[in-house]
Amino acid sequence: MDTIEVEKLSKKFGELVAVNDISFTVKEGEIFGLLGPNGAGKTTTLSILTTLLPPSSGKSFVNNFDVETDKDNVRKSIGMVFQDPTLDDELTAYENMDFHGRLYGVSKKIRKSKVISLLKLVELGDRKDSLVKTFSGGMKRRLEIARGLLHEPKVLFLDEPTLGLDPQTRNKIWEYIKKLNQEKKITIIYTTHYMDEADKLCNRIAIIDHGKIIALDTSQSLKNKIGGDVITIKTTDQKKLSHSLKDCKWCESVRVHDGSVTINVHNASKRVVEIVNLAEKNKVKIDDIIIHEPSLEDVFLYFTGKTIREQEASGIDNLRKRMMIG
Amino acid sequence: MSSAVDTLWLRTIIRYFRSKSRIIESLATPLFFLLILGFGLNSVSTIPGTGHSFIIFLIPGIITMAVLFTSVFSGIQIIWDRHFGFLKETLIAPVSRNSIMIGQTLGGATTAIIEGMIILVLSLFIVGSFPSVLGFLIAISFMVLISISFSSLGIAIASRMEDMYGFQMIMNFLIMPIFFLSGALFPLTNAPTVLKAIAYVNPLTYGVEGIRYGFLGVVPAINPLISFAVLTGFCIIMVFLGGYLFNKVKV
Repeated sequence: MDTIEVEKLSKKFGELVAVNDISFTVKEGEIFGLLGPNGAGKTTTLSILTTLLPPSSGKSFVNNFDVETDKDNVRKSIGMVFQDPTLDDELTAYENMDFHGRLYGVSKKIRKSKVISLLKLVELGDRKDSLVKTFSGGMKRRLEIARGLLHEPKVLFLDEPTLGLDPQTRNKIWEYIKKLNQEKKITIIYTTHYMDEADKLCNRIAIIDHGKIIALDTSQSLKNKIGGDVITIKTTDQKKLSHSLKDCKWCESVRVHDGSVTINVHNASKRVVEIVNLAEKNKVKIDDIIIHEPSLEDVFLYFTGKTIREQEASGIDNLRKRMMIG
Repeated sequence: MSSAVDTLWLRTIIRYFRSKSRIIESLATPLFFLLILGFGLNSVSTIPGTGHSFIIFLIPGIITMAVLFTSVFSGIQIIWDRHFGFLKETLIAPVSRNSIMIGQTLGGATTAIIEGMIILVLSLFIVGSFPSVLGFLIAISFMVLISISFSSLGIAIASRMEDMYGFQMIMNFLIMPIFFLSGALFPLTNAPTVLKAIAYVNPLTYGVEGIRYGFLGVVPAINPLISFAVLTGFCIIMVFLGGYLFNKVKV
């Protein structure tokens, strides 16, 4: 069964097309990742699915409820952890949880027991009566995750939940998410621009760039798609090298990007010799060669022609435009 | 009652009682006004027609001041909620915007009335005169109307403001004039025509006059029934305006 259905969804802010005709479905119990650089349209997509923004066109259903016409039922079905904290700093952890339960109509008895057990789950049990303003960023994020679970949502949306956190806390949050998914069977939609994170956590990943989904599959299938291994060559003569590889028949793809040439080939260890010979013949000076199995980073590069970091740098302009439009 | 109304009301009350320093802060200005203006001008002025001393005349004005400022501040709280993200948490909950707005308004109104009552009780001890029980109830009912009106106005303003920078301007060019031109600090009976005319279009005037009637027991410049009717009308308009604009808030 599909917990989420998105059909031809678009969102425009004036001239800017933040989400451009995307469609996908998420199965019940899945951890689904939306992976892409900042400004790619991940948060906008989530805002539409959580009823905070009306779409410009297209349909979407969460837990079989239409996000435009059946907002209250959608809201009851979802938990949301935003990119920025949405806690009341002047209240204690317990009060933040308790008020959330009240807003969602959770009965007093259930609230009492669940708040305590959820706070324990995210290891904040002993801090339940501390004001949230005394919490660190990681603690706040954990509290928000616990809060989002209080009304037992079918789907939990997490918008960059590990952004700006230290590696230790990131690992912990990954653990919680996996645990929640396995023990409580909650469907999880996860946005991130960390490749390794998507790789480790998500059952399926949609790579999103400039408002479009450019690839959607399991991490392994995505990697298989780009064909064999990856050879990354550091050189100052990138153009010359890629030119000389133009007629190469066994190269799946050749891409130039920040200071390197990346080549996708089968049997890389054998082919690397040929590449070096070819470079020598064309008087290209090679600084470094790295052969590795494809990562999601390579997948992103394969589909967009840019690394995610390069894309983010150019995405900043888009982001600025959006902020101005509001 | 909707779960959102009492949740947001409770939140405001908890936050209010938690920050003792803010309670003292918001009481300080009205008390300064009362003590300095009151005792400063007491010896040089009595209120014509009533024979009341100036400080007794001033008390209802100062109560109004406390109620007005606390209400507006609590309404504008929404800007902070937006800035610190909490607004998103309430807007994404399965509750109507109207119930959020009403909860916020009632919470703000409650804290404003508490402030007004503190000033009332303190000033009674300062001057040693007490209104009748009925007068007391009349004064409170006007405080309720003022507080709901101006909490709603605060929410209306906050719904249209993107950030906190406009806040100071609203205080200086809207709330301050409303207060100073309301007859809170001077009697309307003998005021210059221009001042009087402005006071009569100022909704707060009817609140001050109503509280003054309850507190002093003599009919002030405006008939208390008229004051009550005008202020009730203003209150209803403000609640609808606040609700309307809050429904349009985007996050």
